[in-house]
Amino acid sequence: MKTRFINISVFSIIVVISLIFTMPAPLPAADTIKLGVAGSHSGDLASYGIPTVRAAELVARDINARGGILGKKVELLVEDDVCKPEVATNTATKLASKGVHVVLGHICSGATKSAIGIYKEARIIVLSPSATNTELTQSGKYPNFYRTIGYDRNQARLAVDFAIKRLGLKKIAILHDKGDYGKGFAENAKKYISDSKQANVVLFEGVTPGAVDYSAVVQKVRQSGTDAVIYGGYHPEAATIVSQMRKKNMKTLFISDDGVKDNTFIKVAGRYAEGVYATSHKDTSKNPLAIAAIAAHKKTYGTEPGAFFLNGYAGAQALLYAIKNAGSTDYEKVRKALRSHNVETPLGKIKFDNKGDAVGVGFSMYQVQRGVYVEVK
Amino acid sequence: MDFFSELCVGGLTRGSIYALIALGYTMVYGIIELINFAHGEIYMIGAFTALIMASVLTMSGMSGISVLILAAVVAVIYSAAYGFTVEKVAYRPLRQAPRLSPLISAIGMSIFLQNYVLIAQTSDFLPFPNLLPELEFLEPYTSFIGSTEFIIIVTTAVIMVLLTILIKFTRMGKAMRATAQDRDMAMLVGVNANRVISNTFIIGSSLAAIGGVLIASHIGRINFYIGFIAGIKAFTAAVLGGIGSIPGAVLGALVLGFTESFGTGYVSSDYEDVFAFVLLILILIFKPSGLLGHTTSQKV
Amino acid sequence: MHATKFMEGLKQSTIIALWFMFLTFPVMAIRVNTIENTIEWRWMNMLYVGCGSFILSFLWRYLAAKKITTKKLFLKDGLDGRPLMQALLGERRLFLPALGIVAVSALLFPFVFSTYQTNIMTTALMYVVLGLGLNIVVGQAGLLNLGYVAFYAAGAYTYALLNYHFGVGFWLALPLGALSATILGILLALPVLRLRGDYLAIVTLGFGEITRIILENWNEFSFGPSGISGIPRPGLFGMEMDIHEATIYLYFLMIILCLITIFVVNRLQNSRIGRALIALREDEIACQAMGIDKTRVKLTAFALGSTWAGLVGVIFAAKTTFINPASFTFLESAMILSIVVLGGMGSITGIIIGAFLLILLPEYLRAFSDYRMLLFGLIMVVMMIYRPQGIITGVRRTYEFHREEK
Repeated sequence: MKTRFINISVFSIIVVISLIFTMPAPLPAADTIKLGVAGSHSGDLASYGIPTVRAAELVARDINARGGILGKKVELLVEDDVCKPEVATNTATKLASKGVHVVLGHICSGATKSAIGIYKEARIIVLSPSATNTELTQSGKYPNFYRTIGYDRNQARLAVDFAIKRLGLKKIAILHDKGDYGKGFAENAKKYISDSKQANVVLFEGVTPGAVDYSAVVQKVRQSGTDAVIYGGYHPEAATIVSQMRKKNMKTLFISDDGVKDNTFIKVAGRYAEGVYATSHKDTSKNPLAIAAIAAHKKTYGTEPGAFFLNGYAGAQALLYAIKNAGSTDYEKVRKALRSHNVETPLGKIKFDNKGDAVGVGFSMYQVQRGVYVEVK
Repeated sequence: MDFFSELCVGGLTRGSIYALIALGYTMVYGIIELINFAHGEIYMIGAFTALIMASVLTMSGMSGISVLILAAVVAVIYSAAYGFTVEKVAYRPLRQAPRLSPLISAIGMSIFLQNYVLIAQTSDFLPFPNLLPELEFLEPYTSFIGSTEFIIIVTTAVIMVLLTILIKFTRMGKAMRATAQDRDMAMLVGVNANRVISNTFIIGSSLAAIGGVLIASHIGRINFYIGFIAGIKAFTAAVLGGIGSIPGAVLGALVLGFTESFGTGYVSSDYEDVFAFVLLILILIFKPSGLLGHTTSQKV
Repeated sequence: MHATKFMEGLKQSTIIALWFMFLTFPVMAIRVNTIENTIEWRWMNMLYVGCGSFILSFLWRYLAAKKITTKKLFLKDGLDGRPLMQALLGERRLFLPALGIVAVSALLFPFVFSTYQTNIMTTALMYVVLGLGLNIVVGQAGLLNLGYVAFYAAGAYTYALLNYHFGVGFWLALPLGALSATILGILLALPVLRLRGDYLAIVTLGFGEITRIILENWNEFSFGPSGISGIPRPGLFGMEMDIHEATIYLYFLMIILCLITIFVVNRLQNSRIGRALIALREDEIACQAMGIDKTRVKLTAFALGSTWAGLVGVIFAAKTTFINPASFTFLESAMILSIVVLGGMGSITGIIIGAFLLILLPEYLRAFSDYRMLLFGLIMVVMMIYRPQGIITGVRRTYEFHREEK
């Protein structure tokens, strides 16, 4: 009898506790400008999402110190989506129900694609610092989406133009990392090369990130007799491929994308990085705002900022200043402000076109010369 | 011809690495009939430990071959320790439990170790310095076999020989074979089963650690996830060759290595990972206990 | 007597603490960044590890001792020798009102809580159905399927692709998705018919991975890693619904599916097929000796199990409106398997609770989001050691024969 009573009470306590946990959190204090920051903040892609969070924190701190926007403080609502589409929908719903005004995110194209519909219905403007999937702006389906990074097609076009016109290459091999970003870049590059009819795609292959050995693919590249490799993907695999190629005395040129234009690439590939080309946003190293932002990051967090930091910084500024320029958080007014007003950011003076891409954020080609990425004019 | 021989070398290299890890799987399975899912993570931890040690040593001013030897030794010690601990904590309490329990425990342990390293270190790919020395006598052949590949293949071969000697000619090896054959009987004749099992884990983990150090030098970078992929492939290799059989594990690993290398070279690298599994399914359909496995008759 | 035991324990725990400090030293105390070429020494972590393992070892020993003693008491637990939960559920007076409360709260839930909460609850319900589906294969038939996620993907992609190419709507896609998953299930079952336990596991694992890789690479068919977006949500007689209404609608759809599944699985357990499955699990050879066609039973098990996954897959596609291969990894299969095992194989209530715990807890413990997966792995290990029968034991119906009183 006694055990039964104890067991029942334990059971009920558990039920009560779980009910408490499911109680919705009380709504936050009113009257702030709520900036949602969504992205991969934990897990294996965290290093792509955390710099944007820090950028938002720095921008918010800065603006709040100067009185906020329209007299109200900026409040950050940071939510993690681990770059998974199904989690991203949850994240979006959560942010929407918490009443965010604008969202900086998501980080991965896949996550953004699944969440954007929810934001669209809730009439929340979304600005991504890193989602490069062409469709997001060019399809016209998502009028609430903006971004402070160029999209896949443009990057590929620049790389292909450079390879064919500047370098005069005739035979090109294309490799990618089978991921959304890398494969997108690679496929666009393939299309442009075949369209141009001035060069041939001699090889189109995907490499498996994390494989035990890359020699087979490198062998294939050599076998194809190509002049250059265009690679879509991120710096870890690129570093490995370039090193292996150079170790086998291959002089093949290597052209890649924004994911490789990273100082980490140079550090990892060491002397093999020399001569590698990569596209990226226009040079910001002399931009005073960029220098200041990077310095602020170093001072607050103690390290160099990571991927997409400047894009995130510019994005946060663009969103918040658009609200200021619009004079309200009204959806249509802010959209109009994003299109009509220029904002000074670390990426330059930018505003957005009708489709949501940033004007003034273009791509340039860089090359590793004497251990540093230098813009190729 | 060149292409072919390069692919051969690539296949041998892959096969060697898979063999080092597969041996751990097959030995553990032979002795306690458990798929040690966490084994891949031991390999990863070996690589990480070597990286950490190497960096500390390099920054304190050491360089050259001594860094390699020291880092490898430390990695082996630590991997062995992890293997031993995992067995004691997660598998020993479940010796008598139905088959599914230790399997789930192993999966849980694998997830735990992955995230343990992820949180304690970083999610980034950390570059691994190439600790292996450049061998001059290979200079003329660098276009088709590099120093690292050569060292990997030779090291693996040496280890195979040592392991065979251990299993066949030492007392410990005999105890291991006895326990694998019939644990209760082995205990009756005085073998300390627990000790033997722990030793199996220790040896298997050490091999995996060596594999980790080698591959990290070869590829040049590591991250917390490499254990999972390598683990699955190596396990597939072990099953391919007949799980529980040591020569089977090596054979399976080589077969897998060559299949992948040639498949990638002549067909396509898109489906690289698929080759492993398709091969496995084919072999298991025609020879359900693997290439060198014994068909155990089920007693009713 | 107690003092020496305590001293013994103290000594052991100290050794254990020192061992763990040694073990975790490189990974925890030294953080290397080979990119920047910096080293960070974190001695505080050593202290945490030391103290933590010291305390935990006491707990471990206590629980281990308890486990040995409770093994004998297990049968005496609860009433009439039945395990506690079964007893509770059997008590009509408790069961019916509890069921009523649950039913009412389920109905009111979406209207009381926000869209976000409803969304999460829908996800939990999806995993309940997935768990019950896998239970047919693993729990009842004893066939370890580590590639269950392939069937899940089959359902989702069927809907997405049919919709993309032919504009097929949700309701039509449901049976079609289930059908494609079933076919895939039978396809998988065919080569594994002759395989024993662990080989079966690794082949199914491979199958799951193959499916994912094919989806990732065969662009012409599945659009590869960029996935398929713009998948429409289920409609109600052509009515247009906004996000809140759609979420609530989906929630109720899931509740209905859940109820149907519970009903079917329950009936299955006591049916001829169900008993054949259990016979297969217990002893394959005896099963054959009794005249049960092993092949047919295995195929049935796989087919049945995969059908549910296909159904949920279609709903998943409709819910997230965007799918790509990255959602269908081995980790998903592992999670569904854990739900089945944690909940208690063969026990429907157990699986429901297991699904809720594993899905809802991480959502609410967002504060620990970094450690989420870590805890998850740890829980799996701990549960297996201390309560392998799961939260609620699956008890089979026992028939008692009493001597007739003359």
